Parts: sequence; structure tokens; C-alpha cells
Amino acid sequence: MDLGLSEQQELLKNAAREFLENECPETHVREMEEDEQGYSPVLWQKMAEQGWQGLLIPEEHGGAGFDFLDMCVLLEEFGRALVPGPFMPTVLGGAVPIMEAGSDAQKAEFLPKIASGDLIFSLALTEPSARFDEAGIEAKAEVSGDEVTFTGTKLFVPDANVADYLIVAGKSGKGTTLGIVATDQPGVKVTQLQTIARDKQAEVVLDGAKGQLLGAEGDGWKLLQPVIEKYTTAECAYLVGLSQMDFEIAVDYAKERVQFGRPIGSFQAIQHKCADMVTDVDGSRFIMYKAAWAIASGQPAADTTLAVNMAKAWCSEATRRVVAHGQQIHGGIGFTKDYKIQLYFRRQKRAEIAFGDSDFHREAVAQQLGL
Amino acid sequence: MDWSDSPDQAAFRKEVREFIKSELPERYRAGNDGGEGFEGGWQGDRKSDDPTRRDTAIQWADALSKRGWIAPAWPKEYGGAGLTTIEQFIYNQEMAEAAAPMPGGMGVSMLGPTLIVHGTEEQKAEHLPKILSGEVAWAQGYSEPGAGSDLASLQTRAVRDGDEYVVNGQKIWTSGGHNADWLFALVRTDPEAPKHRGISFLTMDIKSPGLSLRPLINMGWKHHFNETFFEDVRVPVKNRIGEENRGWYVGMTLLDFERSGIAGAISYKRSIEQMKQFLATDEGKRFRREDWETVRLELADRAIETQVLFNFAFRIVSIQNRGMVPNYEASVNKMFGSEMHQRLARTETKAWGLYGNVWDPKSEHAPMHAEHVQDYVGSVPHTIFSGSSEIQRNVIATRGLGLPRG
Repeated sequence: MDLGLSEQQELLKNAAREFLENECPETHVREMEEDEQGYSPVLWQKMAEQGWQGLLIPEEHGGAGFDFLDMCVLLEEFGRALVPGPFMPTVLGGAVPIMEAGSDAQKAEFLPKIASGDLIFSLALTEPSARFDEAGIEAKAEVSGDEVTFTGTKLFVPDANVADYLIVAGKSGKGTTLGIVATDQPGVKVTQLQTIARDKQAEVVLDGAKGQLLGAEGDGWKLLQPVIEKYTTAECAYLVGLSQMDFEIAVDYAKERVQFGRPIGSFQAIQHKCADMVTDVDGSRFIMYKAAWAIASGQPAADTTLAVNMAKAWCSEATRRVVAHGQQIHGGIGFTKDYKIQLYFRRQKRAEIAFGDSDFHREAVAQQLGL
Repeated sequence: MDWSDSPDQAAFRKEVREFIKSELPERYRAGNDGGEGFEGGWQGDRKSDDPTRRDTAIQWADALSKRGWIAPAWPKEYGGAGLTTIEQFIYNQEMAEAAAPMPGGMGVSMLGPTLIVHGTEEQKAEHLPKILSGEVAWAQGYSEPGAGSDLASLQTRAVRDGDEYVVNGQKIWTSGGHNADWLFALVRTDPEAPKHRGISFLTMDIKSPGLSLRPLINMGWKHHFNETFFEDVRVPVKNRIGEENRGWYVGMTLLDFERSGIAGAISYKRSIEQMKQFLATDEGKRFRREDWETVRLELADRAIETQVLFNFAFRIVSIQNRGMVPNYEASVNKMFGSEMHQRLARTETKAWGLYGNVWDPKSEHAPMHAEHVQDYVGSVPHTIFSGSSEIQRNVIATRGLGLPRG
């Protein structure tokens, strides 16, 4: 029983932090908000050289063969640095579904290219109904042999504008069915949304879009569960890193900003907010790692699902509190575009509502507890 | 990062669990207290006039004593079991899961460790065995009417007269004083020195002439604590622990005793489970408010919070297990646990709507023996004692985060 990182995880974390401090400073984050692609191919390649896109991918397919807990250690650093671009969609929305559901041939075809940074993926799951359950999937899927054709509309698809492939979920006569769909075809039309986080989320209209069948027809929802659980936990890891940094910036500001002849951090009202912030960040960290540990160590399915739901329920709300305090502690300057604290506030919201917010996961917890 | 037991840990856990299963008296098994609760806890039983209560307390203590589990954290040479931090954590967890009473009180948890570090051989020989046997129960005399959060400003005066101190003053919130045999107290021996450096740590027989207790009934109509008055109480100098005027630091003794407070997290988790089980019964459904949707989701939140609290407690143990001393983490743990406790009591009481009025555990109109309603009141001081939430936040901010003092 231990609540610390292993030596390997500490190395990964420290290396990632240093790398991202150099390669993904605030200026880069701001640039990508205005950039058409929303990511830097140069940085993307550098991350691949670090082995990050392939961190979870088995060594036989060009990856590092690390486990999911290790990935969450890395993603905490991504949240801290607000890394823009399609990393999580590619890894959690591309590599993970293929590892879970792909044939040997599909794994051999796609995983090495994900690991090398040559392919960008995203998961096209949610639709205009904005639901997270199976009933929310209404896009039609038509299977013919190894091929599947999709028609329907997906909404809030991250980085669809730069993805080479989308993992699409649709409904055939047999139920939810998944496919690997190349974006470069006439039947895939991507329209950007302008979002609060200034990330790249899109509406994707599929009109006879053809792809490879992923997993058996009708098995899609079952195959998606472990993917969704990992992706949800990954969002929590990102939120932990984001809120940790927001909190550090706020505490530093409280030590520097002088009013009434003293640092504002010497006033109890500010001190108490900071104490609440660190409690919320630390609370988020451990509940997230419990879910990551449950997944990585193969705990019983029901326990893992409960851990994931609890993590997202808590992290969604706790990190919202943190960034709200972060704004308040900064006073007026925090509301300007030029000052950095707002970068964290806006991005917290995207991750908060991804894969269900507190209300959604609290209900899931209530059901699982038999309440 | 690992929430599971190593093979050694699993074996120890099994040992504790089986011990509890075979040795815990019927009377202490969960739900067997006939709705009375435990006025005075195990120590109340131990001192009770009722032979059944007294004998049960002794029987349980004897069983624990054979394993050195009255004071499992004490080194073996002092009659403890010398458990490691993780073993203590597992032991405390299992005892909390079974809601088994832990005999020993302040003697085991506070005075014993202080003696082990600071006491003379004579003091250890006099007091430690009687703490272990349960023969002597201890109470703590720290707070005063004028010294609560600012404990170091305490004024109870001890003046040296030959080989005795003459003590005058008053203590308050003396928990369990009415069931105690001896008292340990912080007293001022040098009023001229800076406040933390003029305090001494004294022990005294509660029956000393001039020492009197007056019950303080709390807002739940319960007698838990007392006022303690000192009128020219003579205390031998040899009863002082540690050096004169070093008492504050003696009192702050931190051994590597498991300080996670895990029992709280587990008792809140059990409370939610028991409530859930009751709500599934016909009786539960009858008491449950009609419009219970909101409370249902609040209960889910409370369940999530017990996980968060468990992790905070686990973090303390994890830090100690790595040979380090928890700092602000202990304050986060206490603050979160106490506030969560109050939220829990509020949520649970809400489930009963108007039945949240019923106080009498024996009433036919009391859901679950009115335990939540009583806890709603009983949890009020939790954010105040052992360092109020306000103090904890100050400590987190200044000692933990380095924010400047006001």
C-alpha cells in the first residue's frame, strides 16, 4: 500500500515537465489558439521522439509498453502545460480503441504509425443530442464484409480538422458498430466550432463515409467501455495538472501582489482560498490515480467503473472550484486576455464536460451504489 | 501508487480480521447496543457500576492485551506490539470496519508516547503498565476558558514550593475527566518567558486535594466533557515530564505513530452503507421523504467524499512509511474529514424530512435510532476541536504553502 510514484514514474514526470517547459511555453499555447491546425507538427514529432504517442503501445508495434497509470503521470504534465493539439485524441481516441478492438492486421497497420507520430486519430462518438449513453448514437452504420459505411452527424469531435483517421461509432441492424474511417474522402465533411477552450472541436458530417470495420458488428458499445473509462480518467489526469498549475500561479500571485501595505496572501480570506485550492487539487489527484491504478492493475470491472465515475464526478467539480478561486485571487488582472490565468479557467471547462460532468457521473455513482 | 496489500500486509490484515471475528464480545458487535449508543465509550463501560458492562470491557481488553494490541503502536519493550506504520493503519482500518471499541484512550494515544520519549524510567515504570492494564484512565488538561485556539496563552499557574508545584487555575473541555484516574496538564511555570517557553507538562492524580471537576453538558444533552478547577493543588515535581518550561514541546511529541485518522473515513463509509441497507427495507422506505431525489444524489457525493478522505488518510501513512513527517497534509486531512462529517450528518438527516425532529433513539418514530439527528448535533464541534478549520487553513497556507503571516 503506497501513495507515491515509482522511480520510473518520477523520471517520466520530471523529463516531461522539463521538455514541456521548453517546448510548450505560454507563447506556444496562445499561438495555437489562433492557429488553423491548432497544433505544431514540429512539436508533434518531438513528442513522438520522446516515445509519448507510443507510451501505451506494445513494444512489438513500436511503442514503449508502459501502463495506463504511467500515461496518467504524463498527462498530468500535459494538463500543467496546457499542451494544445491531438495528443489525447490520437492516443486515447485512436491507439486505445485499436488496441482494444482491432484485428492483428489493424494493430500492425496503425499502431506503429501512431507511435512514430505519422498518424493522427480522433474518436467521433458524440452527436448533436450531446448524450453519453448508447442511445445517443444515431449515426447509421452499414456493414459489408470488412467494410463499414457511416451516415450521420457527429459533434464535438476533437481535432477532426487534422486527424488522418476517425474512430466512428454508428448503429447498424445489430447495434453499435465501430469503424476506422479515413478523413480524406468526400463523405467526411469537417466544420470547426469556435470553443471556450480555443481547442479544435468539430462537427463532422458523414455521408456514405467508408472505413474498416473495427471489432465485430454490433459489439461497438461493449468495445467502447474500456476506451471511455480510460479516456475519462485521462481527462481527470489533465484536469489535475491544469488545476495544480492554476493553484501555483495563484499562490505566487498572492505572495507578490501588495495592497494595504502587505501581500494579499497575508490576509486570511486569501489564505483560506489557497488552502481550499490545494485540498481540491490533492483530492483530485489521488482519486484520479485510484481510477488509473484500478484500470492498470486490472481490478474487478465493477470496482474500476465505480472508481472512474467517482474520479470524474469529483475532479470535474473540484477543479472548477480551483480555477474559480484562481480568478478571484487575481482580481481584475485575472480577467484580462494578456494575463495567463484565464488560459487555465477556459480549458478546465472543456475537460470538465468531456465524457460527462459531475452531475452525469454522480448519477452513475448513485446507481452503482444501489441508491 | 498501490491501493492493494502486499502479501505480508494481506496476511496481517487477515490476522486482525480473524481476531476480531472470534474475540469481539457480542455487546460490541455492530448494532447490538440496543440503540443506546455508548455513553462514555469503552472507558464508560470500564468504570460502569453495571457488572455486565464492566466485565465485557475487561474481557475485550484482556483479549487485546494478550497480543500487545492495547497499545499496538508502542514498542514491544513497553508492552506494545511494535507495529509498523502500515500495520497500524491496517489494524486501525479493521477495527474501524468492525466498529470495535479501542480501549486505552488518552493514556495509550497521548500520554504513553509522551512518556516513552520524554519520561524518566521511574515515570515509565509507574504509569505505562497501568495504562496497558486499563487500571488507570487518563484525561487531558490543555484548553482553558481563555486559551482555546491560542492554547499557548494558557494561564493555569504552577508555582514551585520545595519539591512540589502548587497549581491554581482552570481547564475546560476535559473530555472523559469524570471517568479518569489521572490527568496530564500543561501549566505555566514561567509567566515572564515568551508564552511557548514558560509551560511545563505535569501529571497528577485526579483525586488530588483541591482538584475538582464540574460536568459540562453539551448541546446534545450528553456529558462528555468537564471543567476542571485547581485550588492549591500540590503536585510533586517528580510528576513533571521533561524539563521545566519545555512542556509545550513535550506535549507536541510526534512519534511514528500512525496519524491518519482512518477510523473517521471508514465510519462515514459504513454510515452510508448502513443507511443504504435501511433504505432498502420497508421501514426505511416509510421513513424516507417522498421527494428524496436530491438527497439520493447528495448521498452519492458523500460516498465520493469518503473516498477522497480515505486517500488523504492513506497519504499520511504513506508519508510516514517513507520515513518522513506529514506537514500540511495532516491539516488537510483533519479539515476535510471534519467538514465532510458535518455534510454527511446533514445529508443523512435530510433523508428523513420531518422525522429529522426525533431525538429519542427508542421512539417508534426514530429512523435508525435517531443516529443521524444525534450526529447532526454531535458533529458540530468536529470542525472546532483538535485545531479548528480556520486554524487548519491558516496552517496549510502559512506552513504548507509559504504564504506570509498577517
